[in-house]
Amino acid sequence: MPAYYLEAFTVTLGIFLLIAEAFVPGKQKSWVGLIAVVGLLGVLGMTIWAIGPDKSLEAKAWTKFALWDLYKFDATARFYKILALVAAIFVLILAIDYRSILARYTGESNDESGTGEYYSLIVIATAAMMWMASAKNLSMLFVSLELLTVTFYILVAFMKRNVGSLEAGVKYLILGALSTGFLVYGMAWIYGATGSLSLDAITLAANTTAPTTPLLFGIALMIIALGFKVGAAPMHFWIPDVYQGAPTPTTAFLSVGSKGAGFMALMTVMAPFSATPYAEKLFGVLSILACITLVVGNFGAIPQNNFKRLLAYSSIANAGFLLLAVAANRDGSTSLSSPQLVGFYLASYLLMTMAAFFILSILRVQCGSDNIDALDGLSKRNPILAVAVTIIMASLAGVPLTVGFVGKFFVFRAAMEAGMVVPVVIAAITAAAGFYYYFKILRAVWWNTPNHKEAIPLDGSSLFTFALTFLTIAILVFGVWPQPLMNLIK
Amino acid sequence: MSSFLFLIPFLAAIAIIFGSPARLTARGAAIATFLLGMYAATDWSNAMWSFTFSALTIPSLDMAFGFLNGTSVVMVALAVIVLLAAVFTGKAPEGREKLYFASSLLIGAGAIGAFVSTDLFFFYAFHELALIPTFLMIGLLGRGSRKEIAWKITIYLGVGSLILLAGLVWLAREAGTYNIITMLAAQKAGTLQIDPTTQKSIAALLIVGFGTLVSLFPFHSWAAPAYASAPAPTAMLHAGVLKKFGLYGLLQLAVPLLPIGMNAWLTPLLVLLLGNILWVGLVTINQKRLDSMLGHSSVMHMGYIFLALAAVVASNAAGKTNQFGIPAATVLMFAHGISIAMLFGLADRIERSTGSLDFSDLGGLAKPAPVLAFLFGIAGMASLGLPGLANFSGEVMVFLAGFEGRDATASLGPVQIATILSLWGVVISAVYVLRAYRNTFQGPTVNSTVSATDLTLMEKIPAILLAIALLVVGIYPRILLQLLS
Repeated sequence: MPAYYLEAFTVTLGIFLLIAEAFVPGKQKSWVGLIAVVGLLGVLGMTIWAIGPDKSLEAKAWTKFALWDLYKFDATARFYKILALVAAIFVLILAIDYRSILARYTGESNDESGTGEYYSLIVIATAAMMWMASAKNLSMLFVSLELLTVTFYILVAFMKRNVGSLEAGVKYLILGALSTGFLVYGMAWIYGATGSLSLDAITLAANTTAPTTPLLFGIALMIIALGFKVGAAPMHFWIPDVYQGAPTPTTAFLSVGSKGAGFMALMTVMAPFSATPYAEKLFGVLSILACITLVVGNFGAIPQNNFKRLLAYSSIANAGFLLLAVAANRDGSTSLSSPQLVGFYLASYLLMTMAAFFILSILRVQCGSDNIDALDGLSKRNPILAVAVTIIMASLAGVPLTVGFVGKFFVFRAAMEAGMVVPVVIAAITAAAGFYYYFKILRAVWWNTPNHKEAIPLDGSSLFTFALTFLTIAILVFGVWPQPLMNLIK
Repeated sequence: MSSFLFLIPFLAAIAIIFGSPARLTARGAAIATFLLGMYAATDWSNAMWSFTFSALTIPSLDMAFGFLNGTSVVMVALAVIVLLAAVFTGKAPEGREKLYFASSLLIGAGAIGAFVSTDLFFFYAFHELALIPTFLMIGLLGRGSRKEIAWKITIYLGVGSLILLAGLVWLAREAGTYNIITMLAAQKAGTLQIDPTTQKSIAALLIVGFGTLVSLFPFHSWAAPAYASAPAPTAMLHAGVLKKFGLYGLLQLAVPLLPIGMNAWLTPLLVLLLGNILWVGLVTINQKRLDSMLGHSSVMHMGYIFLALAAVVASNAAGKTNQFGIPAATVLMFAHGISIAMLFGLADRIERSTGSLDFSDLGGLAKPAPVLAFLFGIAGMASLGLPGLANFSGEVMVFLAGFEGRDATASLGPVQIATILSLWGVVISAVYVLRAYRNTFQGPTVNSTVSATDLTLMEKIPAILLAIALLVVGIYPRILLQLLS
């Protein structure tokens, strides 16, 4: 099966749901989300059989398509498609759980008619991420990144009767447009310097010709643009506000999916230059960015009292670790390649962040609050959930025997192998700061006594329980036995 | 098989969280672990104890468990004994039984897991696992300003662990493997030669990292308040067992693998350990409360074990083998673990029956509670190094190790000078232990102690168990030493 069927099927699913949602009568819309989950599970299954032209046994017509000049399919691309699909499936489940809040701010209360499009937009954004994982041409990269960003403009501002959501939408729109400007401008400079938008041709040009300032300038502009997307300091200012204002499922998707896509794009753009004279400057810039991001993210998180904002800073901090992973692999000397390192870290980040957003969503739905103090006394209200929160926060903080530690451990190890002593020291100090703010959650859960009016037991729906159990067990299993996850990345 | 040693308490903790009766499950699991641990100690070289499971091929990470050498066996024995005593000690507050017992089991599982890991990654990982239950227990059920103390211990140990992680990753990178057995074998065969400057840097990271975890002066300020505040089982397990992880790591990794690096830091290390023995010792004398006196004394005694390590490092650098050094460190770790656990367990009992641990509120407790006074006396005498009890054999060997192989015609080396100075520590311990005993148990009874009750049968069990361990090792230390030969 040609690999591009995956995206084709996903987009078709998205459009089908959009139309079906408009024509099927009734005020309940959660079925749209359920169909989307089933459909994406189907696409996830299809990734097993998807192949590129190089793996095709007979020369079928599709192997000759011009599409393959823009679109590649290899183990890395497959892994990032799987990552996007898994993230989307969890976000859809989260959205189904969260629909009462979406409904409240999109129409009359208890009227879900305004929430149907939300699910199909998530599916379309997933297709964009999947395309991006396969881009081997800057134009393809740009188009898929724009499809993703434009979809996110809507997803962020989806709660049209909520001022916070609208404000976040405007902020995201302005800064997103600005970063797109940087991206296109950078691509134009690269095109001017190398005469091509194809990454293969750019690699060839960068390796054979003497270094030129225009090319360096072009790449620098693209690093700035992608820095916006992944939330690298000092391009991180939009993150706390947008994350806090957006509907929680959107925030989860932004912090897992959009960040993953951004790193995918960053690695795609950096790959042609890794063995050229540009490498030292570029990877040097990346390691400086990594250090600033680690400091800003981890220390910015310390004073936060809002759980959602805390997770926003945590997402900046994790972007710092990911940048360090990208920067560590400057000459391919580390035993894990950077797509493997970043891939593993993103997968671990997906599991624990998604789980944290499930907790956040149930807090919002049942306690009506995003603040950490809504978790007060959870150990008395719901002991099993309290244990799950403990495991999730321990994993985010990087306590061993959880998947979060394994990811951080690989990054430390790679940076050590690359001899980056100063960044490692900064990463170690900031990771210790991480203990403080993640344990703040544990303090609320275990030490504080429940506030009388908020003593709600937080019993989730069966879908919620299933998803959270799955994620928590995955955090522990992959923390002890990372091999299956690593096998996916190859 | 060795993996069952930590799996039993770990799974029991999970069962407790999911509703199995807390006290019964915890005690059953601790007894099973104890029996298995004792069996392992008699037959530890049997191949059935080692177990390897590949967690990841590139980079190679194995879940490898087994016993590295006799020191691991002694540490496991210490852990299972103290775990058994800990789940029988203390009283869980109303409505908190689950957390109380599950935490003890998890701390025990973490410590045992670290001592039976033969892979660096899991060796480190298991120790960290025990941090969370410690944090929760102190913060939730501790005494005094428990929340500040819980934060302090978490941040101290978190930073210490990260420094340690950097050192261990660097060490593994130089050795080319995470398998400790392979590392030690390569070192013995001479194929693992780490360049001296690198050794020096790794040794510095390991001394600071492990040192913070063992409360080496001046990274010790977390320990005394934490132990004073922690609920009895947590204090017993942490001070008795988990803290030994740092010394164990230095003994098994830094001393054999980084001989040049450790020797380069010998003099600073000696100064720091004298800080533990003399400075912290004097601070201990000045304590006004029994719990904080015990906390400080446990910091102080770490100095002797560091001294044994330093003696081994100095002998290795001179090309000799120090036959006393490693046995001294191991026996003393065991003895200190047992005696401090016993003291913390009994101190908790004193507080529950008198309502205070302030020396000014105590006195004459021997009259209403003679058994308590007798058992506390044994543990206290052990702690000050009375012959016939386990700590004495350890401390004597430490001092012998300090002078081991010295050329009688040469002038005193730094290790010998440190040994002589640290002998004063014995006097200091005698002062604070005897004063504490007098203030608590002797003299006329006062308001708080007049109605105190003696130990019940269930309360005697853990204390007697620990007392037996102290006596057996004190009278017949060969029982441990034969494991080390």
